[in-house]
Amino acid sequence: MVGHIVHKKLYFLVFAGLIGLTALTTGVAFIDLGKWNTLAALAIAVCKASLVVLFFMHLRWSSGLMRMALLAAFVWFAILVALTLSDEFTRQWTPVPSSWEAQVQQQAR
Amino acid sequence: MDFGLFGARRRDEERKGHYEMGTAVVEPGIESRVHYLNASYGIKSWLLTTDHKRIAMLYLASITFFFFIGGAAAVLMRLNLISPQGALLEPATYNKLFSMHGIIMVFFFLIPSIPAVLGNFLVPLMIGARDLAFPRLNLLSWYVFMVGGLFTLYAVIAGGVDTGWTFYTPLSTTYANTQVISAALGVFIAGFSSILTGLNFVVTIHKMRAPGLTWFRLPLFLWAIYATSIIQILGTPVLAITLTLVALERVFHVGVFDPAVGGDPILFQHLFWFYSHPAVYIMILPSMGVISELVTAFSKKRIFGYSFIAFSSVAIAVISFLVWGHHMFVAGQSIYAGIVFSVLSFLVAIPSAVKVFNWTATLYKGSVSYQAPMLYALGFIGLFTMGGLTGLFLATLAVDAHVHGTYFVVGHFHYIMVGGAVMGYLGGIHYWWPKISGRMYPDGWARLSAAIIFIGFNLTFFPQYMLGYLGMPRRYAVYAPEFQVLNVMSSAGASILGVGYLIPLVYMVWSMRYGPVAGPNPWGAKGLEWQTPSPPPTENFEETPKVTEEAYAYGTEETQVA
Amino acid sequence: MHSSAALAEQFDDLEQQHESSSFGMWVFLATEVMFFGGLFTAYIIYRNFYLSAFEAGSRLLDVKIGAANTAVLLCSSLTMALGVRAAQLGKKKLLITFLVLTLLLGLAFIGIKLGLEWRHDYLEGFAPGVNWTFHGPDSRHLELFFCFYFFLTGIHALHMVIGAGILTVLIIMAGRGRFSPQRYNPVEVSGLYWHFVDIVWIFLYPLLYLIGGRY
Repeated sequence: MVGHIVHKKLYFLVFAGLIGLTALTTGVAFIDLGKWNTLAALAIAVCKASLVVLFFMHLRWSSGLMRMALLAAFVWFAILVALTLSDEFTRQWTPVPSSWEAQVQQQAR
Repeated sequence: MDFGLFGARRRDEERKGHYEMGTAVVEPGIESRVHYLNASYGIKSWLLTTDHKRIAMLYLASITFFFFIGGAAAVLMRLNLISPQGALLEPATYNKLFSMHGIIMVFFFLIPSIPAVLGNFLVPLMIGARDLAFPRLNLLSWYVFMVGGLFTLYAVIAGGVDTGWTFYTPLSTTYANTQVISAALGVFIAGFSSILTGLNFVVTIHKMRAPGLTWFRLPLFLWAIYATSIIQILGTPVLAITLTLVALERVFHVGVFDPAVGGDPILFQHLFWFYSHPAVYIMILPSMGVISELVTAFSKKRIFGYSFIAFSSVAIAVISFLVWGHHMFVAGQSIYAGIVFSVLSFLVAIPSAVKVFNWTATLYKGSVSYQAPMLYALGFIGLFTMGGLTGLFLATLAVDAHVHGTYFVVGHFHYIMVGGAVMGYLGGIHYWWPKISGRMYPDGWARLSAAIIFIGFNLTFFPQYMLGYLGMPRRYAVYAPEFQVLNVMSSAGASILGVGYLIPLVYMVWSMRYGPVAGPNPWGAKGLEWQTPSPPPTENFEETPKVTEEAYAYGTEETQVA
Repeated sequence: MHSSAALAEQFDDLEQQHESSSFGMWVFLATEVMFFGGLFTAYIIYRNFYLSAFEAGSRLLDVKIGAANTAVLLCSSLTMALGVRAAQLGKKKLLITFLVLTLLLGLAFIGIKLGLEWRHDYLEGFAPGVNWTFHGPDSRHLELFFCFYFFLTGIHALHMVIGAGILTVLIIMAGRGRFSPQRYNPVEVSGLYWHFVDIVWIFLYPLLYLIGGRY
């Protein structure tokens, strides 16, 4: 049983897209968008990754099971990040007892 | 040797080519039947096997070995704790012992135990397949496991590690002068074995079920193994990278988790527990799967609430990844995160409770018999419930502030791991032993051992709840004198428990040669694994079975042959 | 029948074998996502706490080399995909050509990263634990950035080396005529692995080189 055979042209098209997006993301890095720079870079990376996953890795023509496997991985990574950040970013919310104030200020980031 | 199996013996007698139980009448020609144990001889045929049943046996030998090493460390620890000043050991040595006890018992006994032994043996049999999806990968899993074990044994011999199995920083990265890297490497390598086994099971269960075997006709043992495999696949890699970072920090003297350079030691704990909390579910879920099989087989009744139990296994696997912060309530974690983790930890108890209710309901109005496997199952249900309940106490932030780092925690997890997981493992070994070896073990001795284990276990670990509540810290070689009575009780219990574990070793080995020969289905149980001779032939089934009935279809007149 | 030699004993038919093989690799890639995920998590946290030091560190990396290396890896993904296609069509010579090209591009990537970038950082004194000479303000946090730079790119490079090994094995097997349109799973799943390693770089490139406030 042979899997789906992709047209050569589609591969070259995807490749062109990937190179184009790389140029785009590199260019955008030199423009000041403030806090949107990070988001733009990540968004473009996600687009590039999607192109590779869908077309080079044939996920566009694969069964739901394979998509679930990949989806599960990203959801679990999101759990790791989200719950860890829920601690790291909220530690400063609790006021510190006054005797520790000085030491905390010294180590302030 | 009376089995007390109403009907089973009679039904067996009606079938051709089986062997009379208990009277050891042997039909001529039994030794000439070819099965997986005698299909080929010689050490190469075992070390280069790709037969999942032989690989399961390789794992059985390995983890039994590691169990007794980890047990030896425990014996030394409990001997030391007879006296408040420490009867035997220097604190530095004691630290190494509890570390090695934890590392070996967790990574080299509990995590592989049921999946690698019973899972490897049973998964293809239960789904009617000839082998797993990737037999050579399966063998590689075992070799990887052994290499990991070798590195860890090296760490023991070269002086041991004293960071605890939890490798907390900055002790492990900066201050410890013990075999941190070799121990971490051993665990890292063993983790790959776990990942590969989980991968094999997931693919096999998805792709290789026999015709007619839909997901909701699967034995619940397989639902449990499937859920466990999900955890192994998604969690273990994070442990791998975390231990890698510890090793890198030690080797290059850089400061990923070092506060002096802005590193966060609690970040280590996040990354470590992201795996290690789900890991405890890797240890308990398969055992729950075994209990589901035992309870239904020894009540001769369809399990109550099949789909609830099936879904609860998956729910446990998923929710287990959301609760890890409950290990860090007093570590410096944000209290807001603590609240979130506390609530989620309460949530994860629900599916476990669902299982306990369903097992109990299965027993109700069943034809219950009390062979050794069932004794282990009943013991599990009681002890797991206690361990689980104390888990809820620990999940309560306010309580945990007082009992974190005390023997209360030690009591809690031993109730689950030993009173739960190990008893489930032993129950499963006994239940499937006739299938694995073709022989019956002596049930009288088995029941005696189960009783000794139950008594020894409770005497060892119940006092630890009390010690923890009274304030005795864990991981200490010495303690305040007022705790001595309870400590002595616990150590006495440990010696009884040790005897209880040694007896099965003796009679199981004895039974391989002298036990009465077993038929295909000595328990009269439902399930595809009982439709093939004991021991099974290498290819498992003469012909791929076709499944036409629901799981645990007890009480129907159908005879077993598929 | 020709296909019977291609079918492993435990499977019932070629389709089951093919699907199991691909699914197995996707599950393995899920584990790799979590493996790199742990590192990415740590990086995200530290970047957030020490933004200025991490941005300074990012600016010290050479964008031109990084972009060039990205292009090299993307090319190798193209050649890998074309190689899988050649295997599907049973075109042995074409398959070997594409596998060799992929291997060469992969080796080029490793050469540029290790031989050019890492060497440069080491010589300039930006190699934590080995040769760290920067003592300006915020140097400890800058050192943390370079820790992650070397860990992330190092573990990525390790995966590339493993990939190179796999490609070499594939080339030898292809040379011996072991693949056919009925049995080319090893090429396909190796392709999946290779593309995944490329995807990791697709995220590493912006996270390390491009969000350093280069304007």
